[in-house]
This record gives sequence, structure tokens and C-alpha cells, in this order.
Amino acid sequence: MTRVLTEAELEEKFQARIDAEEKIEPKDWMPDKYRKNVLRQMSQHAHSEVIGMQPEGNWITRAPTLHRKCILLAKVQDEGGHGLYLYSAAETLGTSREEMNDALHDGRAKYASIFNYPTVTWADMGAIGWLVDGAAIVNQVSLQRTSYGPYSRGMVRICKEESFHQRQGYHIMMVLMRGSDEQKNMAQDALNRFWWPSMMMFGPHDTESAHTAQSMKWKIKRQTNDELRQKFVDQSVKQAEVIGLKIPDPDLKWNEERGHYDFGEIDWEEFKQVVNGNGLCNRQRMAHHIKAQEEGKWVRDAITAYEEKKRQRADQAAA
Amino acid sequence: MSDHMKLYEVFLRSKRGLDHKHVGSLHAEDAQQALEYARDVYTRRSEGVSIWVVNSSDIVASQEDDCESFYDPHDDKPYRHATHYQLPDEVNNM
Ligand SMILES: [Fe+2]
Ligand SMILES: [Fe+2]
Ligand SMILES: [Fe+2]
Repeated sequence: MTRVLTEAELEEKFQARIDAEEKIEPKDWMPDKYRKNVLRQMSQHAHSEVIGMQPEGNWITRAPTLHRKCILLAKVQDEGGHGLYLYSAAETLGTSREEMNDALHDGRAKYASIFNYPTVTWADMGAIGWLVDGAAIVNQVSLQRTSYGPYSRGMVRICKEESFHQRQGYHIMMVLMRGSDEQKNMAQDALNRFWWPSMMMFGPHDTESAHTAQSMKWKIKRQTNDELRQKFVDQSVKQAEVIGLKIPDPDLKWNEERGHYDFGEIDWEEFKQVVNGNGLCNRQRMAHHIKAQEEGKWVRDAITAYEEKKRQRADQAAA
Repeated sequence: MSDHMKLYEVFLRSKRGLDHKHVGSLHAEDAQQALEYARDVYTRRSEGVSIWVVNSSDIVASQEDDCESFYDPHDDKPYRHATHYQLPDEVNNM
């Protein structure tokens, strides 16, 4: 007869599987805290994709050319799709999309603080694609190796689609930097405003981060916040230089010994304020999300009513 | 209609972390039996670590003939691809 395993034995088996670089699949036993931790990260990621459509959506009707408008529309459409991939993957953990949505609306779930900054000029579309998607890609490439199977597969799919997002953003910046003084200033101004918030996207320092140690042990995260941030800085410096942009950090300089760029300290007070709801656009973003859901209700109701009608007709025909 | 047993489609996950892939179909009386048959006929050489069986009649498929109207709008959007954007060589690995 097989003995029922104790919680401790199950946990040991679970960790052994993770140590062996095997993925955890939805029907596997997993510690409750693992489930909660992955769910928190995935739902936060999903919410970020969806809320992230707002700052860019702001410029769709005002893109400078029809071509740029098509590109921006395609990008924002992708982000909505990424939200869907991630919500579906998160639902395999047994939490419904409605629950995740509610948690977003009443503030229990978060989304990336970057999307609480306003997009005031066209160059912001360049800065967002280049830096915000650039930072997201650094994170997502690393997460392709996350231990939860559905999350990992979602990341692989998303990374394939992301590649054009960063390039189109950089391309916007490049074209502006070849333009008039006014256009160059606009590009530099967007970089000035979006650089530090992009750096914040990787979260608090490893020493301050509440979840890092456990997340690394369970391989939910594969690289720490600080490692990922360093990678982002190292790749961005050259990219800025090539088109003549200056990264707004007086402490930024190459460190021969480390083989990396040194950089200045993030304004953590600002980070805290924005995460806690006091950024420039927090209220606007949430109000818009709730409004979109309410105003779309009649469409969902109509679909349900139509399905019901079809079923009744089929029943009648069968009778 | 024939009195054949129901048709099931079989999906295998060859390794943890990978998607289930369609490998074929079989007849079975019910889902449990379909799982057992699938194990017997599709995983004799440890081809899979997880099996899904789905009633074939539950699968809704697009028709290839619909292709044009179904997929066509995507062909004229080259800007959805990374290669559409020409960047300086030094940063082209982006
Ligand atoms: Fe995305
Ligand atoms: Fe993303
Ligand atoms: Fe993106």
C-alpha cells in the first residue's frame, strides 16, 4: 500500500523538481505560498499589460502619420493580447478573471508604476517603446525560464511579439533626433522624464525586496531586481549614444573593474508614492479601467442573451 | 450512425514545460478508457509525461477554405515584424 505523503515530504519533492529545472504544471501539488506568489506576480503582470494600453492609447488618434498610427495601434493591440495570455495562464491556478479584476479595482493587486506617468508629447511614444518595453523585455526574457509552466510558455509567446515594440519606439526617437532642434529637444525631454521611472520598473533593491529570496529559491524569478536593472542600464547607454541622446544621470559611468556601468540612486520616495496610488495618473488609470468595464457591460449582456435565445431555439427544434 | 465507440483526440506533453501537442485519435467508451488506450497506443516509448483526451465532437475548427477572410487582414501589416524597422548596425541586436 502506498502511504500518503506528509506536507513536508510533498514540499521536498516539489523543491527537488524545481532544483532539477523541471517545470511545475497546473495539476501538480504545490505549496500554498508558491501558488499565491506566482498568482500575485502573474496577475500583476497581466494588469500591467492592460493598464499599459492607456498611456499609448492616448496618442493613437494623434500619431503624426498614418503609418505611425497603424504601428501604434498594432502595438497596443498586442499588449491587450499579452494581458489575455497572462490572465488565462493565471487562471490555471484556480483564481477567476473576475476575482483578479476585483483585486485590481479595490487596490489589492498592483500594476507596474510606470503606467501612472502621463504621455504628454509624441516623443513619449518613442521613449515608452524603447525604454519601457525594453525594460519589460529584459524582465520577460529572464521569466521564460520561470518554474511555473503556463507562465513560462506565456513568456515565450510574448517575447516573440515584443521585439517590434522596442524597435518601433527606438525608431521614433531616431527619426526625431535627425530632425529639427525642436524635435531633438522633444526626444531628449521624453528620455529625461521616462528614464528614472523605467529604472524603477525592476522594483526595490534586492536587500529591500520582500519576495526576492523565496522567489529565487522557487525559481519564480530567475534573476534579481538589481541584476536585471544592471542589464537594462548596460544595454541602454550605447543605444542612447548612437542617436545622440543623453541619459539624465550624472553618476552614470563605465566601471572597468565590474565590467558594468555604475549609475545613480533612484528616488525611492517617488517610487513609494506612485506605488501607493499618488502618481500623476493613478486615479485616472483606474477610473478609466472601471468605466471601460461598465460601458462594455451591455455587450457582454447581449452576448449572453443571444446565446440563451439560440439555445431555446435549438431546444424547440429538438422537441 | 455507426455504433462505434466515441472518437477522442489525444494530446501529449512530451516534457514538463512544453505545450501538449496533438498526436492522433482513438475510439473509447468514455474519457477514462480513452486515457488508458492513449497510454497504450501513444506512449509506449515514454513519449509523454501527461496526456489530454478530448471528445472529437467538442473540437470546433476553422476551415482552411475560410482562410482568406479569416487570416487575410494580417498579410498587409509588415510593421508587426521586428525586421520592418531599420536601425543603426551598432544597436541592431535590439
Ligand atoms: Fe506586452
Ligand atoms: Fe509585458
Ligand atoms: Fe510591449
